[in-house]
Amino acid sequence: MLLNHTTSKIVERKALTVNPAKTCQPIGAMYAALGIHGCLPHSHGSQGCCSYHRSTLTRHYKEPVMAATSSFTEGSSVFGGQANLLQAITNIFTIYEPDIIAVHSTCLSETIGDDLGQIVSKAASDGKIPEGKHVIQAPTPSYVGSHVTGYANMLEGIVKYFAKKSDSLKNQLNILSGWVEPSDMRELKRILKLMKVKNVLLPDTSDVLDSPMNGKFEMYPKGGTTIPEMVSMGDSLHTLALGEWATEKAAINLDNQCKVKFSIQDLPIGIQATDRFIQSLAKLGSVSVPESINDERGRLIDVITDMHQYLYGKRVALWGDPDQLIPLAEFLVDMDMKPVYIVSGTPGKTFEKRMEKILSKSVPEAKYKNGANADMLLMHQWIKENPVDLLIGNTYGKYISRDEKIPFVRMGFPIIDRVGHSYFPTLGYMGGLRILEKILSVLMDQQDATCPEESFELVM
Amino acid sequence: MVKKLDITQGLPDPSKVMDEIMAKYPTKIAKKRQKSLVVNDPAEGKEIQANVRTIPGIITQRGCTYAGCKGVVLGPTRDIINLVHGPIGCSFYAWLTRRNQTRPAEGEDNFITYSFSTDIQDSNIVFGGEAKLKDAVREAFEIFKPKAIGIFSTCPVGLIGDDVHSVSREMKEELGINIFGFSCEGYRGVSQSAGHHIANNGVFKNVIGNNNRDRIGKFQINLLGEYNIGGDAFELERLFDEAGITLLSTFSGNSTIESMEYAHTADLNLIMCHRSINYIAEMMEEKYGIPWVKVSFIGAEGSAKALRKVAEYFDDAELSAKVEEIIEREMTKVEVVREAVKAKTEGKLAMMFVGGSRAHHYQDLFSEIGVTTVSAGYEFAHRDDYEGRDVIPSIKIDADTRNIEDLTVEKDLELYREDLAVKKEKLLKNGYEFSNYDGMMPEMKKNSLVIDDINHWETEKLIEYYKPDIFCAGIKEKYVVQKSGVPLKQLHSYDYGGPYAGFEGAINFYLEMERMLCTRIWKMVTTPWKTDPEIVGSFAINE
Repeated sequence: MLLNHTTSKIVERKALTVNPAKTCQPIGAMYAALGIHGCLPHSHGSQGCCSYHRSTLTRHYKEPVMAATSSFTEGSSVFGGQANLLQAITNIFTIYEPDIIAVHSTCLSETIGDDLGQIVSKAASDGKIPEGKHVIQAPTPSYVGSHVTGYANMLEGIVKYFAKKSDSLKNQLNILSGWVEPSDMRELKRILKLMKVKNVLLPDTSDVLDSPMNGKFEMYPKGGTTIPEMVSMGDSLHTLALGEWATEKAAINLDNQCKVKFSIQDLPIGIQATDRFIQSLAKLGSVSVPESINDERGRLIDVITDMHQYLYGKRVALWGDPDQLIPLAEFLVDMDMKPVYIVSGTPGKTFEKRMEKILSKSVPEAKYKNGANADMLLMHQWIKENPVDLLIGNTYGKYISRDEKIPFVRMGFPIIDRVGHSYFPTLGYMGGLRILEKILSVLMDQQDATCPEESFELVM
Repeated sequence: MVKKLDITQGLPDPSKVMDEIMAKYPTKIAKKRQKSLVVNDPAEGKEIQANVRTIPGIITQRGCTYAGCKGVVLGPTRDIINLVHGPIGCSFYAWLTRRNQTRPAEGEDNFITYSFSTDIQDSNIVFGGEAKLKDAVREAFEIFKPKAIGIFSTCPVGLIGDDVHSVSREMKEELGINIFGFSCEGYRGVSQSAGHHIANNGVFKNVIGNNNRDRIGKFQINLLGEYNIGGDAFELERLFDEAGITLLSTFSGNSTIESMEYAHTADLNLIMCHRSINYIAEMMEEKYGIPWVKVSFIGAEGSAKALRKVAEYFDDAELSAKVEEIIEREMTKVEVVREAVKAKTEGKLAMMFVGGSRAHHYQDLFSEIGVTTVSAGYEFAHRDDYEGRDVIPSIKIDADTRNIEDLTVEKDLELYREDLAVKKEKLLKNGYEFSNYDGMMPEMKKNSLVIDDINHWETEKLIEYYKPDIFCAGIKEKYVVQKSGVPLKQLHSYDYGGPYAGFEGAINFYLEMERMLCTRIWKMVTTPWKTDPEIVGSFAINE
């Protein structure tokens, strides 16, 4: 047994986290910054953070992930990191020539009280930022929230710096894409194109973190939201923010700064959340829904009706980030599955309310928890008490899957032991079809591997 | 196709590419980096700048002190709880990401699959985190009943003034198990290296010597600086076992806390990774009189040499005969594969920039299959790892490293092994080499380019210049390098393969190199219609 110390006996914990269902802010900021074109993320702290964040993103994408760091020493930790950051800015623009440096902080620089805004202003007034180049920043203290908070903070930092209101309103929507995969960003763009809705998608990591092999390393790949696009966001008709945790701050900022009204919606995962997304697009963009999208929806429903017997009543444990877990739980319920255990290390008050609304009637036995001590040890202990039929979450679930012999679908961040997540979307009806296919495959593989020989089925 | 670098007349002088690299740097940076790039000349013995602070914004490979302490040295010990005191990230990122394999016996503790953290919040930053740390220790004890708990400090801990050492003492008293703390905040020192030193000090003070158990073998050794990545230590355990050598403790691959407690009862310490563990070797010799020798089990030749070195030390006819028998048998197997692979790999060029030890060790494996290392370097090694231990007296400790404690160690009057000291004197007279490491540079070719703390810009320029057939580094470099059409072998994680140590390991590595150096896919990177004549005229479908 890989996790042989985990037993069903649950001891109340107030201080110890074991096997977390979250990580820290800066990696989210790094990911968001990679979704803007010509940008080099910069970690203002000691260099270990930057290495860890780059490594984790690299393991997840099997792609280059570039970022620089202020490389604090003990001296700068005592006297402040201003000199380090100023030197870094000069070095980065001279050696690596990005258009934008996106600076985030760490627990180190936040604890000693470095003010990123002030240091960046000083860099500007000292002439350290070349003409036409930009340095943006966002505080990302690791001891607040989670990696999702870091993503939200950087997204806010991006719109704060770039979005401008001019006199001419633009006939376009802002889509804040939330923390999703490059494949999902690509899918969002495909849907928007089918709907004929002009838009700015921010951030956009497609063509950055799924770049082709052609024998030449591009430090700044062709993808990413461009500066003119980001500037124009201040003139858009409306902002559609996907995922409250990841995008609310940026949406509010766009409203405050440029008077662009916003609505916040779930990530379009599953049937109902995608329905809401499509309806919003139709309404906000004053367009009708094309037949091709109706067909995609119909295909998803068709497969669920075809295979319902394998899904009905199956108990599922989920972990990950709130923006994904909420629509995913809803999707599972829509397929008559039972998401019975749900944990997220990411804090936030609306999580429990949303889950209660989705689950109280259809899965009254469900247990869910987020924030402090809502970790994978707790979830595993719940499973030990009363088992489940399926696990859905990031790679770390493979230990529970093997110990408990539970079929396992990888979704979320990070997935560091399989490929696919960066190439095939989970958003939209087509993404729903992919989630469904993955679920059915592991459930049926399990049946094939464990059923008595006499009931081994050819046709399923 | 790009023309390969011709090395038939020896390696070309890389000064031109060095100038190109420097030309892009701001003057001050060029001046600093200049000292860390050295055109090697083994006859001359050149000086390299190493173990100095990282240049901000340069895109280094380096990590931090916490990674060196928790991630590297203590992480692999399977039956203690490594509790990380800090925000969640540090604990999350070090959770199962280094491949120190463990093989506990039935019923033995194994906490390797777990990540333990105090997950401190903003209120802890403001009011201090000691109370939460104590509660976390109590909860860990209640739930997991470990034999020992190590507490690891992360960046904010030192700044807010939490004292992990006093908390450890108090909790040790309260719970009755060994609990010890490490001040391995990420900002200390300039790299992972400081973390190694801090871990060595902590283990030496709090663990080694706690158990004076009786001898269990005729030839008792410890293996220091072997972390069992991909099962390396298992392969070595197999060899020692067969030879009749008792491996008391490994620091720290597949280790237990108990094995570390009686490490001081060994007769000899073998050092694999000099950088991370030479401190413990030195301190054990001072306190207990146990001599140490540097060995390398990377490469078949090196493995044979290392086994003979151990046999020679014990000077026992039966042991020597057994060791020769093993070497002969294993080398026969190795040679078959080596010859077959070498026919395909001879003349290829390699570059490697890895941690603090492997960039040297793996050159042996490469040369066994006819691959030349044209350029190499470490992330965080010190001058002695490059130039040899002879230069230690001339190394200046700079301001960034000064605060890393050097323990004062005294002879243990009761346990000091006078017999081993006498044995060492005698062997020294016969030319047996103790306490020495010659470093990487003397073994590299003239005009090879040695680089400390290489960064992304330098990596790009070197690939352009050398057009190597294979590049060895880590996960952050892997896909960067591969996008330029050069395969990269990870020598930290072994790309999830291994073992590569010992004889079996050598065979695995040869075969892996055959796969990587002779694979078809790299030849398909260019699209065929890029070279074919363009099609003129077209008609569109459905438009």
